[in-house]
Amino acid sequence: MNNNQKSPEGYTNRLYLVKRIWKYLYQHKWLLLCAFLLTLGSNLLVLVGPTLSGLAIDAIEPGKGAVIFEKVFFYSGLMILFYAVSSSLSYILSVMMIRLSQQVSYNMRQDITEKLMELPISYFDRTQTGDIISRISYDVDTLNASLSTDLLQISTSFITVIGSFVMMLLISPPLVIIFLFTIPASILFTRYRTRVTRPMFKRRSAKLGELNGFVEEVVSGQKTIKAYHQEQTMLERFDQKNNDAVEAYYQADYYGSMNGPFVNFINNISLSLISVFGTLLFLFGHISLGNLSSFVLYSRKFSGPINEMANIISELQSAMAAAERIFRLLDEAPEPEDAPGAQELSNVQGHVSVQHLNFSYTPGVPIIQNFNLEVAPGSLIAIVGPTGAGKTTLINLLMRFYDPQAGRILVDGHDISQITRKSLRAAYTMVLQDTWLFSGTVFQNIAYGKKNATMEEVVAAAKAAKIHSYIMQLPQGYNTVLTEDGVNISKGQKQMLTIARAMLINSKMLILDEATSNVDTQTEQQIQQAMQSLMKGKTCFVIAHRLSTIQNADQILVVNKGSVVEQGTHSQLLAKQGFYAQLYNSQFQ
Amino acid sequence: MKRIFPYLKPYLWAMSLGLTIKFVGTIMDLLLPWLLSYLIDTVVPTQSIPMVLFYGGVMVICSIVAVVTNIQANRMASRVARDVTRTVRHDLFQKISLLSCRQVDAFTIPSLESRLTSDTYNIHQVVGRMQRLGIRAPILLLGGIVVTLTLEPVLTLVLLAILPVLGFVVYKISQKGIPLYTRLQQAVDKMVLDVRENAGGIRVIKALSKMDYEKEQFSQVNAEVTKRETTAATVMAASNPLMNLFLNLGLTLVIVVGAYRVNSGLTQPGKIIAFLTYFTIILNAMLSITRMFIMYSKGSASAVRIGEVLDTPEDLTILPEDKIETPYHITFNDVCFSYNKTQNNLENISFALKKGETLGILGATGCGKTTVINLLIRFYDVDSGEIRINGQNVNSIPFQQLHQKFGIVFQNDVLFADTISENIAFGRALHSSAIEAAARYAQASGFIDQLEDGLEHPLTARGTNLSGGQKQRVLISRALAAQPEILVLDDSSSALDYKTDAQLRQAIGEHFQKTTTIIVAQRISSVMQADHIMVLEEGRILGYGAHSQLMESCASYREIAKSQMGGGAANEQ
Repeated sequence: MNNNQKSPEGYTNRLYLVKRIWKYLYQHKWLLLCAFLLTLGSNLLVLVGPTLSGLAIDAIEPGKGAVIFEKVFFYSGLMILFYAVSSSLSYILSVMMIRLSQQVSYNMRQDITEKLMELPISYFDRTQTGDIISRISYDVDTLNASLSTDLLQISTSFITVIGSFVMMLLISPPLVIIFLFTIPASILFTRYRTRVTRPMFKRRSAKLGELNGFVEEVVSGQKTIKAYHQEQTMLERFDQKNNDAVEAYYQADYYGSMNGPFVNFINNISLSLISVFGTLLFLFGHISLGNLSSFVLYSRKFSGPINEMANIISELQSAMAAAERIFRLLDEAPEPEDAPGAQELSNVQGHVSVQHLNFSYTPGVPIIQNFNLEVAPGSLIAIVGPTGAGKTTLINLLMRFYDPQAGRILVDGHDISQITRKSLRAAYTMVLQDTWLFSGTVFQNIAYGKKNATMEEVVAAAKAAKIHSYIMQLPQGYNTVLTEDGVNISKGQKQMLTIARAMLINSKMLILDEATSNVDTQTEQQIQQAMQSLMKGKTCFVIAHRLSTIQNADQILVVNKGSVVEQGTHSQLLAKQGFYAQLYNSQFQ
Repeated sequence: MKRIFPYLKPYLWAMSLGLTIKFVGTIMDLLLPWLLSYLIDTVVPTQSIPMVLFYGGVMVICSIVAVVTNIQANRMASRVARDVTRTVRHDLFQKISLLSCRQVDAFTIPSLESRLTSDTYNIHQVVGRMQRLGIRAPILLLGGIVVTLTLEPVLTLVLLAILPVLGFVVYKISQKGIPLYTRLQQAVDKMVLDVRENAGGIRVIKALSKMDYEKEQFSQVNAEVTKRETTAATVMAASNPLMNLFLNLGLTLVIVVGAYRVNSGLTQPGKIIAFLTYFTIILNAMLSITRMFIMYSKGSASAVRIGEVLDTPEDLTILPEDKIETPYHITFNDVCFSYNKTQNNLENISFALKKGETLGILGATGCGKTTVINLLIRFYDVDSGEIRINGQNVNSIPFQQLHQKFGIVFQNDVLFADTISENIAFGRALHSSAIEAAARYAQASGFIDQLEDGLEHPLTARGTNLSGGQKQRVLISRALAAQPEILVLDDSSSALDYKTDAQLRQAIGEHFQKTTTIIVAQRISSVMQADHIMVLEEGRILGYGAHSQLMESCASYREIAKSQMGGGAANEQ
C-alpha cells in the first residue's frame, strides 16, 4: 500500500523508530524527568521498609516479657508513615505516566490527522478508511500502553541489574565468569528471537488493519448485502479475515511468549551453575559461606529483572510494529508543496484556459488527451459526454486534486501550478454529486464553507435551495444533528443541503458536477432561480445530463474518450447532427 | 465479562489442561529457589561433592521442565484466546448482519465497527493474559497463606483480616472504573466517526480549504478521548498503591501483635522474620491480581458493548404463512409507515402489479419513493396495511426466499474492493456467461472491454477507480445477473447519459420480460414507457396510471414532463 517510503530501511531499524518515539517523549521532558526521579525515590523507599521492620523486630528480639514496646511502636509508626508516603509517591508516579502517555497519544493522533489533511486525494482513493482508523486508534493505543508501563519497568529493572552486578563483582569475580557465558547467551538469544518474531508482530498489526478495512466496507454496505441475501457469503469472507487476524495474533503471541520462559531457563541454568561452582569454590576454601549466600541472593536479584525484561520484549515488539505503521502513515508523501514563489490568486476574473492537457491515473491508461479549452470570464460551460469520458477527471485537474502529466491550466493567465493551492481552490465553489454531510447540526453543515455565517444567512440560503421547509419539519429545525446514514434524508435532500452550502460561498468560479442529479425536476425548477443567481457573474463548469441546465450554456463541450469531440451552443450542436445530437435525441427513444 | 463466559465453556478442558501444565511450570519455578537454599543451608555443610552435583542436576532438570511446561502452557493459552476471539467475532459479525436497518440506525455504523474490531481485540488480550497470569498469582497467594498459617496461625489471621478490606477497595474501584471505560469507548466511537467523515469528505474539505478547521475539530474529539482515558486510567491506577498500602499496614499490625505475643511467650521472634519473607510473596501475588483486575475491568467494558449487540432481540420475525389467491405479482394495500413513529412518511399507498409489468415512481425529493422500496424488501415493517408478493404477505416470507426474488440497486449503493466480475456475481454462484450477459444488458461491457483485464479488473473500496456512471452500470449488472423475479432500480441511472439510459431500458425490456420492474427516477424519460407510473407527494399518491393517462389527469405530472422534455415530448404522444 505504501509505495513511497522515504527510507525503506529506516523502519526496519529499531533505533530509528526509537528516536522518533523519543521525539514525542522529549516534548514532555520535565514530566519524564520527574517520573524518573520519582521512580528512583520510590525504589529507595521500598528499601527503607524492610530496614524499619528489621529494627522493629530487633526490639522484639529479647523475647518473652522483655519486648521493648516503645521501640516497636516507634518503628511501626515510622513504617506506616513510610508506606503511606511510598504509596502516594507511586500513585503520583502512575498518574504522571498516564498523563505522559496520554499526551503522547494525543499528539500522535493529532499528527496523524494533520498528515491526513495534507495527503493528496489519491491517497484516500487507494486506501481503505478502516486501515487508517486502525492506525489512529489501535496502533496509537498499543504504542502508548507500552510506553506508560514498560518504560518504568525497564528503568527500574536497569537500576537493579546494574546494582546487583556491581555487588556480585565485588564479592567474587571468578563466579561472575559464569555470567559471562549466560548473559551473552540471553542477549544473543533474545536478539535472535526478536528477529524471528518481528515480522509476526508486523503481520499482526497489518492483519488487524485489513480486518478493520473489511469491516468498514461491509458494514457500510449492509443494505446491499441484505438485499442480495449475501450475509452468509460475507460472513465466510469475514471469517477468513478474522481467521487471518487471530492467527497472526496467535503466532506473534505464542512465539513472543516463548522469550520469557527461555530467558528464565538460561537464568535458572546459570543459577544452578553458580550454586554448584560456588559450593565447590567454598569446599576448596576460595569463598566464605556468608559471601556465597549473598552472591546467590544478588544473582537472583540480578536475574529477576532480566526475566521481566524478556517478558516485556513481546510488548515492546508489538509497540514497535505499531510505531512503524504510524510513522509510515506520517511519512506518506504529502501533496507537493506549492511551487517556490507561488502566488496568491487574488482578484479572480474567472478566465480559464486549458492547454494541451494529458492525464492518466495509471500509466498507460490515458484518461485525458491533448485537451484544449478557452473559457471567458462569467461564461457557462457545460460538459457532456458518455460516462467515463473524463468529465470528473477534468474537475480533479481544475481543482488540482491531481496534477496533469503534460500541458497546463491557466486561471487569469497564471499557470495554476504556480499558484498556492489554497487560493486556487478558494476561487472555486464546488458542488459534487456525491454529497458530503458530516454529523453536526444542519446549521453547521450549511455554514461549513463560510466562517461566521449568521443564522439569517443560513436560512436565506436554505430557502433559496428550497430545503427550508424540510428543515423546519425536523425535530430541532436547524439545530437537528444529522447522523450519518440518517434514515430520514434522501439523496436529493442531501444535494439541496450542499447547494445551500455553496450559496454561502462567494467565489468567482463554480463547479457543478451532477449537483442536482437526484433532485426531482420540479424542485430543480424551483431552485432554478436561486441557481441562476448563484451562477451569475461566475465562470461555471457544469456537468449534467439534464437539458434544462445544458441548454442555456454559452458553450457545450462534448467530451468523449478524454478529448473534446464537439464544441458549440445547443442549437449549433443539434444542427451539426453529430455526437451531441445523438446523445440528445436518445432521451426520446 | 459474563457475556463472554459461555464462549469459554467449550475450552474448559483445554484451559484446565493448560492451567495444570502452567501449574507444574510454576511449581518448578518455585522449587528452584527452595532447592538453592536447601543446597546452601543443608547440603553444603555436609561437604559431599556428589550430593552437591546431584542437587545441581535436579535444579537443571527443574529448569528444563519449567521451560517446556511454561511454553506449552502459554501456547495453549494463546490457542484458547485465539479460538474464543474467533468465535466471538464470528457471532458478532453474524448478529450485525442480521440486525434490522432500524437497529443498525440505532447503534450507528461506526460504533458497530469499533465493537467488531477494538472491543473484540480487548477481549482477545484479556482472555490470553488472564490465563497466563491467572495461575501463578493465586498459587503464590494460596501457597504463601498456607505456609504462614502453619508457621504462625494467629498472625496469619491478622493478615487475612485485611483481605476483605482489600476486596472491598478493589470492588469499589472497578465499579467506578468499568463505566469510565465504557465512556471512553464512546469517545473512541466519536473519534472513529470523525476520521471516517474526514476520509470520505476529503474533496470538499480540500476544496474549501477547511483543513485547519477539521484539525481543530479533531483536536476536540481527540482531547475528549485523552481526557476520558486519563480519568479511567487514573481511577484504576489507585488500586495498586492502595493495595500496597493496606497490605503493608497489615504487616505493621502483624509486627505489633507479634510483639505482644512474643512478650507473652506465645511465639518466637524468628517466626516473625520468616513471616515477613513470605509476606513479600503474598504482596507480589496480590499486586499481580490487581493488574488482572484492571485488565478485567477493561475487558468487561468491551464485553458489555459486545453483549449489547449480541442480545439485541430480532425485531423482524417471520410471521405464520399468510397467503391469498391473487392474479397480481406485487400488491401494496393501504400501506402506512413512519420512520420515527410521529409523522407518517407514507400514507395509504395502494397499487398492484402483474408479473412482468413495470412501475415507475416519480415525485419530489423526500416524498417517500425510497421508503416504498424499503418496505417492499422488508427493511422495515409497515405500520398498517399489507404488502404481498404472489399473494403472500412479505412478513411471512423467510428472508432468504424474499431477498432472492430481488435484483436491486440502491441510491447510494456500494462496490467492494474486488474484481468487477466478483462485484457483479456478489457471492452468488453465477455462470460467467450470466455475468457477461448482465454486463452487456447494463451497457457496462463497453467500458469493461476496454480495460486490460476486462471483468477481472480489480476495483478499489467503494469503487473509487470508476466514474459515477461506470459504477452505476456495474451495480445494475449486479441487479440483472441472476435473472431476478423483481428488479428494483432506485434512482440508479442518474449518472448515465440519455443515450446509455435509453439503451439500458431497451435491453431490460427485451431480455427481462418476465421480470416485474420498479424504477424510481427523476427523469420522466426513464419511466415514460412503464405500464404504471405512480406520482408521489409527501407520502401520498398524487397520480397513478400510464403516461398518456397521467398527461391528461395529473397536473403535476404534466408539468414535470413539460419542464424536462420541452414541447417535444408532449407532442410525441
